[in-house]
Formats: sequence, C-alpha cells, structure tokens
Amino acid sequence: LVFLLLGPGAGQDVGRSCILVSIAGKNVMLDCGMHMGYNDDRRFPDFSYITQNGRLTDFLDCVIISHFHLDHCGALPYFSEMVGYDGPIYMTHPTKAICPILLEDYRKITVDKKGETNFFTSQMIKDCMKKVVAVHLHQTVQVDEELEIKAYYAGHVLGAAMFQIKVGCESVVYTGDYNMTPDRHLGAAWIDKCRPDLLISESTYATTIRDSKRCRERDFLKKVHETVERGGKVLIPVFALGRAQELCILLETFWERMNLKAPIYFSTGLTEKANHYYKLFITWTNQKIRKTFVQRNMFEFKHIKAFDRAFADNPGPMVVFATPGMLHAGQSLQIFRKWAGNEKNMVIMPGYCVQGTVGHKILSGQRKLEMEGRQILEVKMQVEYMSFSAHADAKGIMQLIRQAEPRNVLLVHGEAKKMEFLKQKIEQEFHVSCYMPANGETTTIFTNPSIPVDISLGLLKRETAIGLLPDVKKPKLMHGTLIMKDNSFRLVSPEQALKELGLAEHQLRFTCRVHIQDPRKEHETVLRVYNHLKGVLKDYSVQHLPDGSITVESILIQATAHSEDQGTKVLLVSWTYQDEELGSYLTSLLKKGLPQSTS
Amino acid sequence: FFQYCLSGHPTLPCNVLKFKSTTIMLDCGLDMTSTLNFLPLPLVQSPRLSKLPGWVLKDGSTFLDKELKECSGHVFVDSVPEFCLPETELLDLSTVDVILISNYHCMMALPYITEYTGFTGTVYATEPTVQIGRLLMEELVNSIERVPKAQSASMWKNKEVQRLLPAPLKDAVEVSMWRKCYTMPEVNAALSKIQLVGYSQKIELFGAVQVTPLSSGYALGSSNWIIQSHYEKVSYVSGSSLLTTHPQPMDQASLKNSDVLILTGLTQIPTANPDGMVGEFCSNLAMTVRNGGNVLVPCYPSGVIYDLLECLYQYIDSAGLSNVPFYFISPVANSSLEFSQIFAEWLCHNKQTKVYLPEPPFPHAELIQTNKLKHYPSIHGDFSNDFKQPCVVFTGHPSLRFGDVVHFMELWGKSSLNTVIFTEPDFSYLDALAPYQPLAMKCVYCPIDTRLNFIQVSKLLKEVQPLHVVCPEQYTQPPPTQSHRTDLMIDCQPPPMSYRRAEVLTLPYKRRYEKIEIMPELADSLVPLEIKPGISLATVSAMLHTKDNKHVLQLPPKPPQPPASKKRKRVSDDVPECKPLKPLLSGSIPVDQFVQTLEKHGFSDVKVEDTAKGHIVLLQEAETLIQIEEDSTHIICDNDEPLRVKLRDLVLKFLQKF
Repeated sequence: LVFLLLGPGAGQDVGRSCILVSIAGKNVMLDCGMHMGYNDDRRFPDFSYITQNGRLTDFLDCVIISHFHLDHCGALPYFSEMVGYDGPIYMTHPTKAICPILLEDYRKITVDKKGETNFFTSQMIKDCMKKVVAVHLHQTVQVDEELEIKAYYAGHVLGAAMFQIKVGCESVVYTGDYNMTPDRHLGAAWIDKCRPDLLISESTYATTIRDSKRCRERDFLKKVHETVERGGKVLIPVFALGRAQELCILLETFWERMNLKAPIYFSTGLTEKANHYYKLFITWTNQKIRKTFVQRNMFEFKHIKAFDRAFADNPGPMVVFATPGMLHAGQSLQIFRKWAGNEKNMVIMPGYCVQGTVGHKILSGQRKLEMEGRQILEVKMQVEYMSFSAHADAKGIMQLIRQAEPRNVLLVHGEAKKMEFLKQKIEQEFHVSCYMPANGETTTIFTNPSIPVDISLGLLKRETAIGLLPDVKKPKLMHGTLIMKDNSFRLVSPEQALKELGLAEHQLRFTCRVHIQDPRKEHETVLRVYNHLKGVLKDYSVQHLPDGSITVESILIQATAHSEDQGTKVLLVSWTYQDEELGSYLTSLLKKGLPQSTS
Repeated sequence: FFQYCLSGHPTLPCNVLKFKSTTIMLDCGLDMTSTLNFLPLPLVQSPRLSKLPGWVLKDGSTFLDKELKECSGHVFVDSVPEFCLPETELLDLSTVDVILISNYHCMMALPYITEYTGFTGTVYATEPTVQIGRLLMEELVNSIERVPKAQSASMWKNKEVQRLLPAPLKDAVEVSMWRKCYTMPEVNAALSKIQLVGYSQKIELFGAVQVTPLSSGYALGSSNWIIQSHYEKVSYVSGSSLLTTHPQPMDQASLKNSDVLILTGLTQIPTANPDGMVGEFCSNLAMTVRNGGNVLVPCYPSGVIYDLLECLYQYIDSAGLSNVPFYFISPVANSSLEFSQIFAEWLCHNKQTKVYLPEPPFPHAELIQTNKLKHYPSIHGDFSNDFKQPCVVFTGHPSLRFGDVVHFMELWGKSSLNTVIFTEPDFSYLDALAPYQPLAMKCVYCPIDTRLNFIQVSKLLKEVQPLHVVCPEQYTQPPPTQSHRTDLMIDCQPPPMSYRRAEVLTLPYKRRYEKIEIMPELADSLVPLEIKPGISLATVSAMLHTKDNKHVLQLPPKPPQPPASKKRKRVSDDVPECKPLKPLLSGSIPVDQFVQTLEKHGFSDVKVEDTAKGHIVLLQEAETLIQIEEDSTHIICDNDEPLRVKLRDLVLKFLQKF
C-alpha cells in the first residue's frame, strides 16, 4: 500500500487538501483543494507527478471530494478541465449542489474583479460538474469491480463526508474535515468500527481541547448584545454557507428569548439561496432540526431580514451578516469602511483569515489601513475574533480513532508542531503507527492482508464434524488442497482436488510380515493379538472380523502359519500410505511380541 | 432455506426467509380489504347510516341485528373496522432476527409484529419509508381513534354463525385473526426499532448474511432487497416501477445473478395504463368542476397524490381551473407535503436537478404559495371557514370506511353534479361504494398503479436471469375475472414456484462453498505446485477457527514437546495422537526408472516380472515384492522398518502429493 501527498498539498499545512492514495493497485485522489493564500500558480496543486507519466484519467481510478470548502474542491475545474481528467468524481448531494456555486463565486472575484487570466471559466465549472457522481451516506459505490467507496457523515459543513476506500481486504478512511460534537445546525461525525488499514485524519486543532461550545456562544451573544444595547452596529463578515447559518440560528433564538428589537440583516446574494439549500437538505442537519422542521423550519428566520445597501446608513443599532468572510472584497468590506470609524461599533470575525486580507490585518492589530487611492482608513470600531469553525479537536480526533480502530493513522491538514504532539498521544494510547508526512512526501504503509478463499462446504462440514466435542469454538486442525487457478482460490478436500483435475489417485499400500512366536492355533493367536491391541489402542476402533482377520481402523491384520515352523505365526499387516503412522506403529508394536500374561 | 408465507395478499406481502442461520422477515403488509365489510365511521353523526335496518336471518331470527346492518342488499358489520393480520401461528415470530421493509405501504402491520410477538430484532428501512410510513400510520390511527365507537362486534365471527351470513362475509377468511387498529404509542415503539439504511448500503447480519436495499422506483425511498452470502443470492422484488414518476429509477442491474428471485407487488390493475388514467382523471375533474360540481379524490396522504398535484399544476391554467380551490385534508397533509420536498437524494434525476438550483423539487410548493392548494388537518376548524364550492378535495381513506372522506361521501353523494374519482388501486371501488348506495354522484374509476405489469416483468426476468422465481400463486394464473388473458401471468422458465398464505416453501438451491480466510503467516508457509499450466495446488494443514460465522485458517501450533515425565513410559504413550494426515498420491511409476533408482540405492538383485496389469519388482535377498500398477503400488516385505521406509520414500519420489 502506497500513500502519497501531492505538491504543496495537505501535509503539515492548513492551506489546502489534495492527497493521492494508492491502494492495492488503485489510485484515488482525495480532495482537490486550492490555496487561498496564493494568487499565482502555487494556488493549485502540482499534478506533474502524475502527468509526467501519462494522462490523469489513465492514472486515477477516481476522485473523491469531502466537502464544498474551496480548500478542498477549489482546484477541481482546473484539474478536470485544464489539466484534463475525465474519470468519475464522487461527492455527496449537498456538496454537488453547493460546490459549483462557490466555485463560480470565487471565479467571479478572481477573474472579473481582480482581472486575472489563466483561470477556469464558468463553462469549465459546468463541464467539471457533469463528471460528478453524487453518493448517498453509507451507500457502497462500486467504482469498478475491485474498488469500492462509502461515505460517512462528517458534520463540519452541510454535506461534508468522510470516505472509506476499499480494495479487497485493504481499506483507507479519509476524514476530510470533521466535527465530533453536534453544533446548532449539524450533527456529529460518525463512523462504524470498520478497522481500516489506514486512517487519514485532518488535524487542524491537533492540540487544542477547545473550551465548550456553550461558552463561546455565550461570549458571542454577550458581545453582540452589549454593542446593540449601547446603540452600536455589529458587522459579522461570513461566508454564505456554513458558519453563517449556525450564527443566524444562534441570534434568532437569542432575539426571540430576550425579545430584542434591533434589526438583524443578512447581506443579499448567495445568502437567501444558501438558506434554501439548508431547507432542502434538511436531512443532513442535526436531529433536533430534522425532527421539528414541519412545525418550524429553523432556516426560515423571523428576525433576520434581507439587507439593502441603503440600510448601512440607518441610525441606531443593527446586526449585519455580510459576505465575504475575510473582508477582502464585496459588501462586507463596504460596510466595514462605513462603520470602522465609530468606536461604538464592532466587527466580529468568526473564522480564519488568509494573509493579505483586511480581515487578517485588523486581527493582527493593525488600526490604520491603506485603502485604494492611498486613502487611509482609521479603525476605531472594536475588533473581535471568535473561532466557530467546526473541526475536531484533539479529543475528537482520538474519539474517531477509537470508533474506527485503524491499524495506522496519518495526520494531515495541520501544523507540524501540534501534529507531533498528537502523534505521540495516538501512538501511546492506541499502539498504532502514526505518520505525519510533509507536503510532497510519500509514505508507504505495508499491510498484511489475509487471503480470502472459497472452501467447499463438504470439507468445512467434514472438518467441523470431526470435532466431536460440543465446543464448536475450539479450533480444529483441518486438511485440504488449495486450487489456484486464474486468480481464484478454492480450498477443497484432496479427493475433490484430484477429481477436478481429472487425476486418478495412486494407492500406495504396504504389507508387512510380522513373525510371532506362538505355538497355539492360528485362531487363538489371532484372539491374543486382538485382545492385546484392544488393550493398548483404547481410542481406536479394533475389530475382530468373522473371517478371522483383525482391523484397526482401516488397517488389516491376518495371521497365517509359518510354512516351516509351526511355533511361529506370520501376521500380515497391511495399510495404505494414508495410514502410514498407525501402520508403522502397529508393526513395531507387534514386533515386540505378545505380552506373556495374556491367557 | 425456507420461505414462510404469512400473507396471501400479493401486494401487501409478509414472508419469512430462513437463510443460512438467520431468520429474515420480508415486509409486513397489512391487508385492509377486511375493512370493506364494515360500516363507514362518520365523523359527524350520519342520520342515514344510523337508520340502517339490522340484518335478519332467513328464518327470522334477529339475534345479529345489533352487529350487522343492511344497506342496498349488502350486509355490513357495525363495529370498529378491523384488519387482517399476517399469519402469526406458522412460526414463532420471536425468532425473527430482522425485518426488511420495502416501501411505506408494506410496513403497516409492523406494530402488530414488533409489539405482540416477542420480537427483539432490528427493522431496516430507508428514511423516506420510515417518515412517510409514520404519516400513514398516524393518519390511520387518528381517523379511527377520533370516532370512538362503543360497539365491537364479535358474535358474527363465530364459525357456526359466519356460515349463515351472506357473501362476502360468509367467505371472509381468518376472521378470528382480525384485529382492531393499533395505537400511537405502539406505532412509536415499533418505529423506534427501525434502523435507517441507504440504497446500496451493505448491511452485515451476524457475519453470515449481507442485505442491501436497492432503489425500486415505486415510491419515495422504496426498495428491493438483496439477501446474500458469499455464494447465494436471493433477490426480493416488491413494489417496483419502471415508469418515470418522482422516485429514483429502479436499480435492475444489481438483481442479476440471483439464485432465487422472490417477486411480489406487481400492478393490481394490469390492464390499465397509468398515463391514460392520469389523463382521464384530469378531464373528468375539469368537466365536473366546469359544470359546477365538486370532485372528491379518496387517496393516501403520500405517493400518487404528488404526481396528481404535479399534473394538475400543469393542467389547471390551460383548463381554466385557476380559480377552483384544491383542498388536501388529512391530519398529516402538511407533514406529507413538507417531507416530500426534503428527500432530494431519493428523487428522480429531474427533481434532483431542481434542488441543486435550489428550488423545491415538487411544484406543489408553488400551488400552496399561490393559494391554489390548501391543506388542513381535518374538516373542523379553519377548513369550515375557508370551504368554497365547487372545489376539489383530496382526502382519505381510499377504503371509504374512515377518515374525512366519509363526510364528503355523505355530503356530496346525493347530487349528480359531483364526482368521486378513484385513483388508488388497493380497493375495489364498487365494494368501497356499497354502504353509500344508492348514490346520485358520478363515480369514475381511474386506478393509477405504477407497479410492474406482466410485460415489464417478463422483460425484467429475461434481463436479470434468476435461476428460480418464487411468487404468490395469484401471479401464476390469469386473473379470475379474465381467465382467457394468459398474458396476465408470469411466464418464465423454469416455471415460477408459487406460494399462498400459511404455506412453507423450500427454496431450491444448494450451497457448495463458504468463504474462509487464510492468515498471512499460513499463506507464506504454503508451497504451491503447478500441476497443469495455470493451475497450482498446495496442500493446507491448518487450524480452523470459527467465530461469528466467520472462518479463519491459521498456522497449526508447533507440536508440543513431549512432557518430561519421570513416570515409566507406558506403551500407550506412543500411540499416535493425531489422525494420520498423509496426503493423497497421484501419478504413476515408470518401472525402468524405478529399477534404476533401486539399483542406485544399493539393491543389486532387482528382478522385474510382467503381469497382466503391470509389473512385479522382486528384491530377492530382502524377500520383498513390489507390485506396480497404473494406479497402485503395493510393497510387501518383512518387518524391516528401515527397509520399508527406504522403499516408501523411493516410491514417493515418483508420485505427486495432494
């Protein structure tokens, strides 16, 4: 089993995910992410490792996308339409629905606003999505005769999934991003005890054991509430899908409970549409929302209304959710510029910001920003950072490992130092090997699979029948012949193997003359021999046949008088090769003579 | 491998399969046609129904007149309606390990099985099946419980009494098994035993059997099931459709290579074309409304109603019906309409694409938004304020024995302007109407049954090629009313095995192989030998471990060291313990080479004699004789073990071991 990371991919870095896995001769690409921190070629993964040896489609058996975040799917149109891949791409239904919208949105910002060229087009996004096959949770998708994949619920964002990739007895589980605790709108990740050879886990929050979600929520509500109370305006820059919905639900219920009157707005564009996705894919949200949606759909907000750009100048308190989340363009930036000068106002950043964005600048403490046209914007409003991104923390990662019971663990999508700590913890607690390859590094993991073969029911039944003991669980010794033909393995009884191959059995028989000093008549000698054997071989079937011969199991013993010496009897002991041990034993036993005491 | 048949109804099946060591119940259909023998349950006191005369026997005795009422020449039981349960005596149902549900119509008997038989297993069904199944049960319980009826008739069930009754009561089967409806707590308890599954999900049962639901194309979340071990495959086909309506299309390919295919749930109206029926439905509806009449559509709260609403959505504007109100009345109407919109993954491709936009997959969302379609939990409350005529009412139950439909039958039955249109195929419309006779309202029969017809079945069977087909006996002969239509039966080779209620079938297949795993250490120790080109053999001696129905072969343990016992060694200690485990031999011995070998090993006086079948090799000094024939070798010698062993090994050199 070979495992490999692509280019500046998902190794010890939170930037982007793109992993190549080779398992039992099958090549699978896991995620195809884009790095938001770069504006040049480095934003896409480097596929030359594959393309130098031929076409992507020939090399890859399939591509799997874990969820719709661009650091996991942003390079997909580049990969499939510009580099060229025509094979299947698998993702869940919600991911398939939402992914093209985010790609198009990003394309617009990059090409239309920043005027970049050499980027994928709208048509490319459409063509790329045509190659996507949507999968259900827990459905076993047969990619080809040997390769199968299966999706598990991952939490994190709507439609996020973990994937099991299986070839024969060998399997890999790739978690993508996941969340082990349910939040306001999504459930917790879950996987069964599938015992993969390798578990590839994200490790964004490898060392943190985050304070309880409730605390963070209370903190958030308190800050919003205080600002609104003193008549300030709260700006929450968000991405249209994901955290936005969670925070909306949070505020909506809070407003309801506290009977607050200040308006909450959601900036137009994607957002209304986004809420619609949540309504239609409500089966992917958490238990509580699903159970009550007929009475009250949690994504139909009473207090949250669509935003109009004229509202920003309205006097009095308000809360506005606006896109994009890093304050690098669009409506959120416009509102920010309007409100930044007033110390009563507040901006809450609920997620990570890439370097270079206004969001990143204000979070790192900058208070004088140079805007276009050399204009300096002085930031007097309060700036708060509050992590609401749904990744598993160290505790969650350990919990997932406990659930899946992998034989090896590989950490990706995290920072090297933190991963090292987690790696030690995993190795200590679970006694499995844990890897943390750097970007572009190849990791090879050897598996030692057992080999499934077909056993003839006759042989299996015979072997289980021999064990006369009622204890069926006791292991039994069994014998058979393994026939290997055209990659098929069948275990049958030796007789059947001979028959199937059209071979005749060759019988090898031995007859030994054993001389015994005994003056008695032949039949009396036979009787003495019989009694003697019967006494010694208690566990064997010893029989005295009417024709005067003795059998021990299938070994035949006959007595004749010696032609010359009346005092000597000749015992003919006859057995086949299959009874070799017993036959050999019997001759040596008889050679010792009969015990004197026998009367 | 047995199949126990607990239901005689071909579209509401209940079978139990004994497969390997597991007991699997396939569906739990509830036969509700029994309710047709009962008087309707009116929500509002009906003077007509309460004045029906009691039934009097031919000899004038009136002891049954409290229980039985007569209406237009038919006799009805005046009691809470009862249902015909699946057979519970044929086998101990507490031994059932799992129940597989194929669609929401086939789970209506579930509470009777899970709550009354000691059942402790798991039920498997898809999410839409469970959610909509719950709605159907809720509606059923609600429409029966809200009309408390003091009387529960039982006298007529007495065998002696039943004999005296007119048909069809006289011929009703298993009346002693008929039961009243379950309650909501029982429904909840039953549903809590369900584990949700997705299409093509492989579910392991006890390590011995794997079951997989496949899309069957008939309803939201409807499935066929594959029940298989490594070597046997049983396909259970129940309620499938090849028509393009709203559900995901049927997965046919996965049914291939079945040893046995159990076929149930075919169309109940093989002569009607569903598309034609929808057309007729629309034109009859339009005609009635244009003439100022009302239209009543007795229906289930989910399923075909979605398709009908979609047709009407496209039809009403062109037919000038934009101002006619459509009412959907059911305690679960709202839930059903809401649920239909959230199962994108279980819908046909067109509807999925709409969700990606994102738009609701069913246009009834728009009908509701534009106020053309209104839904109410019952005729009480808001409905009575909003109610405008002429209108179209969708409501249950299709049997016309309970639910709000009873009210509308009483209300509209007297006017010939009104029309009742039957679309659900489960009940004979004439029987359903019997307690309402004489009726002035028009009755139109447009049964829409999208399940497989016999032409589609024969195509399917040709395609998937099962070794054996098992089906209810009804499918092996033409329908009783159309005995000349030999095309309305299953035609396949070998002919299908048929079953009827309370029968046990032995399924015709033989297992020959089982899966076993060879551990890597053992695999490494094997020495394969190429016997023929492409075929290699290896003898295996290994320890067989069996756990949870999985077999594993491991390296045998090293022979234990002889115990260092100080006791005097007795003879019996030497008795070989294991069974002799020598391999089989094959091949033949070339005499010339054998003699050369003997000479090489120091036998100087070798003499060969020819016999009829072979040769005899004599070693004169050793007084040893070796008979060599094509398929046997016999060594006859004195009791000289070293000599014998030497000869044995020389012979073995020429033979192959197995």
